[in-house]
Amino acid sequence: MRVNFTVNGRQQEADDVWEGESLLYVLRERMGLPGSKNACEQGECGSCTVRLDGVPVCSCLVAAGQVEGREVVTVEGLADYARHREDAHPGGGCASGACGTALDAAKRWQAKPADGQSGEAAELSPVQQAFIDAGAVQCGFCTPGLLIAADELLESHPSPSDQDIREALSGNLCRCTGYEKILDAVRLAAARQEETV
Amino acid sequence: MAHTPRVASAPAGTPTNISQGTKTRGGIGESTLRPDGTLKVTGEFAYSSDMWHEDMLWGHTLRSTVAHAEIRSIDIGEAVAMPGVYAVLTYDDLPAAMKNYGLEIKDTPVLAHGKVRHHGEPVALVAADHPETARRAAAKIRIDYVELPVITDEASATAPDAILVHEGRDDSHMGHVPHPNIVHRQPIIRGDADEAAKRADFVVRGEYTFGMQDQAFLGPESGLAVPSEDGGVELYVATQWLHSDLEQIAPVLGLPEEKVRMTLSGVGGAFGGREDISMQIHACLLALRTGKPVKIVYNRFESFFGHVHRHPAKLHYEHGATKDGKLTHMKCRIVLDGGAYASASPAVVGNASSLSVGPYAIEDVDIEAIALYTNNPPCGAMRGFGAVQACFAYEAQMDKLADKVGMDRVEFRQLNAMEQGTLLPTGQPCDSPAPVAELLRLVKARPMPPERQWLAADAEGSTVDVRALPGGLSNTTHGEGVVRGVGYAVGLKNVGFSEGFDDYSTARVRMEVINGEAVATVHTAMAEVGQGGVTVHAQIARTELGVSQVTIQPADTRVGSAGSSSASRQTYVTGGAVKNSCEAVREKVLELGRRKFGSYHPAWATAELLLEGGKVVTDGGEVLADLVDVLEDEAFDIELEWRHRPTEPFDLRTGQGNGHVQYSFAAHRAVVEVDTELGLVKVIELACAQDVGKALNPLSVLGQIQGGTTQGLGIAVMEEILVDPKTAKVRNPSFTDYLIPTILDTPTIPVDVLELADPHAPYGLRGIGEAPTLSSTPAVLAAIRNATGLELNRTPVRPEHLTGT
Repeated sequence: MRVNFTVNGRQQEADDVWEGESLLYVLRERMGLPGSKNACEQGECGSCTVRLDGVPVCSCLVAAGQVEGREVVTVEGLADYARHREDAHPGGGCASGACGTALDAAKRWQAKPADGQSGEAAELSPVQQAFIDAGAVQCGFCTPGLLIAADELLESHPSPSDQDIREALSGNLCRCTGYEKILDAVRLAAARQEETV
Repeated sequence: MAHTPRVASAPAGTPTNISQGTKTRGGIGESTLRPDGTLKVTGEFAYSSDMWHEDMLWGHTLRSTVAHAEIRSIDIGEAVAMPGVYAVLTYDDLPAAMKNYGLEIKDTPVLAHGKVRHHGEPVALVAADHPETARRAAAKIRIDYVELPVITDEASATAPDAILVHEGRDDSHMGHVPHPNIVHRQPIIRGDADEAAKRADFVVRGEYTFGMQDQAFLGPESGLAVPSEDGGVELYVATQWLHSDLEQIAPVLGLPEEKVRMTLSGVGGAFGGREDISMQIHACLLALRTGKPVKIVYNRFESFFGHVHRHPAKLHYEHGATKDGKLTHMKCRIVLDGGAYASASPAVVGNASSLSVGPYAIEDVDIEAIALYTNNPPCGAMRGFGAVQACFAYEAQMDKLADKVGMDRVEFRQLNAMEQGTLLPTGQPCDSPAPVAELLRLVKARPMPPERQWLAADAEGSTVDVRALPGGLSNTTHGEGVVRGVGYAVGLKNVGFSEGFDDYSTARVRMEVINGEAVATVHTAMAEVGQGGVTVHAQIARTELGVSQVTIQPADTRVGSAGSSSASRQTYVTGGAVKNSCEAVREKVLELGRRKFGSYHPAWATAELLLEGGKVVTDGGEVLADLVDVLEDEAFDIELEWRHRPTEPFDLRTGQGNGHVQYSFAAHRAVVEVDTELGLVKVIELACAQDVGKALNPLSVLGQIQGGTTQGLGIAVMEEILVDPKTAKVRNPSFTDYLIPTILDTPTIPVDVLELADPHAPYGLRGIGEAPTLSSTPAVLAAIRNATGLELNRTPVRPEHLTGT
C-alpha cells in the first residue's frame, strides 16, 4: 500500500508498504530516519517515541497505515519543532498539539542541516542541549525517545517537580545512566526555559 | 553456489571521524562533554541497527523451540521456495572445517549440528528481501526434534547417569574438572580454615541463591555484512571487542583475517552481553552466499536468546568471628550455572573464587568455585563478572555475623576491612590504596532521607504523593503498613583481564598541522559502548600533546586490538595505550624542536619540556616555540601496543598466584520502604562511595557509578530470567515480563568520590564501571531485611518472598 503523511513538516510518501509494517519500520527503513529507536518493538521501552499529531506515541505500536494524512515529529525534527514552537508561542507551551510545523518551516529546515561532522555546530533544542550538558547521554539508544517525551513534558508542564518528571518519563527505559543525569537534564532544560521567559 | 558480489560501496550509517576541540576543550580531570553527544541527541548517530544498504537483504535466525534434543531432520524445502527468499542455510552449508566458535573454548556451533543444547539455539538462517518474509520463511522450516532429558542444576549435571552436555571435551580445563559437565573448577586454599574455625566464638552459615540477570542493553544485536570484490566481507557491527570477534569469525568463514574487515557501528550499551558472538557470523555467511549486503536485527524477544546472561549461582558460605568481632575464617562453595556453552565461564569461576572473600582481611580460607554445563541458557560476562554473586552472599554473612557478635554492622565491616598491604586469598598483596573502611564511613555519614518522604507540603498542609510510595500510582497505600529499612554493603572487584592473560591495547596517534593549528588524531579499536572512552581519549591527547582539536577515528580492525570494553579496563588499558602513543609522538615533536630551535634557547637541552596550549613550554612555564612552527609540514603517526603489569594464572590446586591487575572498591547505603502487607518495595535512596583513583572525567565517573548502581538495584528487586526447571525453557523473554528499573523505580543516587591514586596505573586511575554493581544489590537486600526481619537468602526479592504467600 501507499502511505502519505507529514514527517517533521515535510510531506512524505511511502510506497510498497506491507500492511503489517509499523510506523517505526517505515520511518527507519523506508524514509531514512533511523533516529527513532528499535530497542524492544513491543511498546515497553519508549525508545521509538515520536509525536503523532502532537501526542507522544510508541511508533512501534502504530501501524503505518494509521498515520495516513497525519503529522509525525521525530527526533530528527525536534530542534526545529522546538524552534518553531518558540517562534509561534514565545515562552508558551503547546499542550494542544496544534503547533505542528508548517510546510514553509519544513523548507527552512532543509536549509539548515545538522553538522554531523563537527559534533558541535548544530543548533539544538533546549532539551537536546541539556541532555548533552548534564551528561544524560551514554550509549544514547534511549535518548531520542526520552527527548521527545521530555520535550512534550516541558511543553505542557514548564516547571515540573521531580516526581512529575519521573512520572512523565516512566515509559522510557534507560540502561546506562541510572536516570540521575536524565533528571538533571530535564531540570536544567526547565530552568533555562524559565530564564528565557 | 556463491554469487559474484557487486562492488561494495559504503552503506548508510558508516561511522565517520568525530572531531572535537574548536569550542570544547578539556584535558584529563575535566568534565568534558561527549564528542558524539550532538550526533546522539539529533538522531544522527548511526547504531548497528541503523545500517542500511541499497539492495540489502534481511537475515533471520531460526532458533530451537526446545532446550535439549537430537535433530533427526531439517526440511528447508518450503522455505527455499518462498518468493523473496534468497538463501536458507543450515549446518551443512558451513563453508570451512571450523564450525564452532567461543571466547575461550570453541564449543559453540555456528548452527546446530545433530543436537540442540539450549532453548533458542540457532538452527538455520534465512535471507530475504523483507524481514517479515524472512520470518515467515523460517517458520516454514520443519525440524524433527527428539527431546532429551534436560540438565538444569548441579545434581542433574553430576548424577551418575547424567547425559554429557558436550561429548569428547578436549579443552584445557577437562584435565582438572571432577566431571565433564563441569566447565572449570578453581579451589583456593590459604592458611587452615578448619584450625582457625576453632578460634571462632561465633559461626554463621548460609545458603544463597542468585537469579539469572540479563544485560538488557537497549540496542539490539544487529549489524550489516557487505560482500566485497576480493571474496571477503565488510562487517559493521556492535560489539565489545572487534579483534576477538575477528578471531572467531574468520576461521568459520574459511577466510584469512585480512579478508574480514570489521568496523564498529554505534553500540547501544553492552554490559558484557556483547563479549560473545551473536549475529556476526550469520550475517557474513548469508552475505557471502547471496553476494548481497545482509542486515540482521534481533527484536527484543530474540535478543534474550541472542546473548549470554549473568550466571545464576548457589553459594554456600561459612564465616567465623571471635567475640571481639575479628573474622577467623571463611569457607565457601560457589556453584555457577554456565548453561549450554562455556562462553566466559572459566574466567567467571576465577573471579568468583578469588574475590569470594570480599574486601576483608581473612587469613584462613577454604574456597571452591565451579561452573556447570547444563541445558539452561548460556551464561557469560555481565558487569561485575563473578564478583557480583559472591558479594551478595558475603555481605549477607557480614550482617548475620555482626548481629551474632553484637556489633554495629558497619563497624564490624570496618574492623575487618582489608587495606593496602593485605594479602588476598590468592596470596597476592594489595599494593595500592584500599579505603574500604573510609568508603563505609562516607555512606554512613550521609544524612538520612526524611521520614515519611511521600508527604508533599502544599497550601493545605501536606498531601500524599503516591508516586513516592511502594506501589506508586497503583495507589496501594498512603503509608499504612509501610516500614523503612537501612542496609550497608561494600564490595571488591578486579580491574582488567586476570590470570596471566596478555591484556594489551593498541593506539595510533597522529599529530600534524591542519589549517594553521596543531591537531591530533586518535585511532584505536576500542568499542565505545556508551562509557565515554572516546571522550577520555580526546582528553588524554589534549593533556599529553597540548592540542585543542582532537579527531577520533572510527574503531575498526585496521588498527591493532584494544582488548575488550569490559572488566572496567578500557580507560586503564586503552587510555594507557593512548597516553603511551601520545608520549611517543611528543618525544618526536620535541626531537624535531631541538633540531630546529635547540640552539636558540638552552632550555631545549636542559629543561623538562611539555606541550601545552599549542606550544612547547618548560616545566617552569616558559614558552619555547609554537607547535605549528615546530611541525610545519611534518606529521608524526605512531601506533604502539601498551601493557599493564603482567599477571599470573592461579594454581589449579591452591589458587595461589598474583592473578589480578588492580582492585576497585565501592560501598552503598540503601534506604528502602516496604509495604509489608503487599510485599512491595520502594528504594528511597541508594548512596554510593567509591574510590576512583583519578577521575579523568568526573561527569562520566558519576554516570558509571549511578548506572552500575541501578543495575545492582535491578537484580535486587525485579530482574530475573525465569527458566522452567522441568523444560529448561525461558519463560519471560520480553520487557513486559523481564523488568528493568524505570525512572520511577530508581531512587536518588548521591555519590562520594575518593581519588586515591594507584601508583601503578596511568594517571593513578582505577577502573570504575563494575564495582558499584556489586555492593548495590546486597545493600538493598540488607535494607529489606532490616525493614521486614526476614532472612531473604535469594535475589531478586519478589513480593511473595516478603508476604509469605
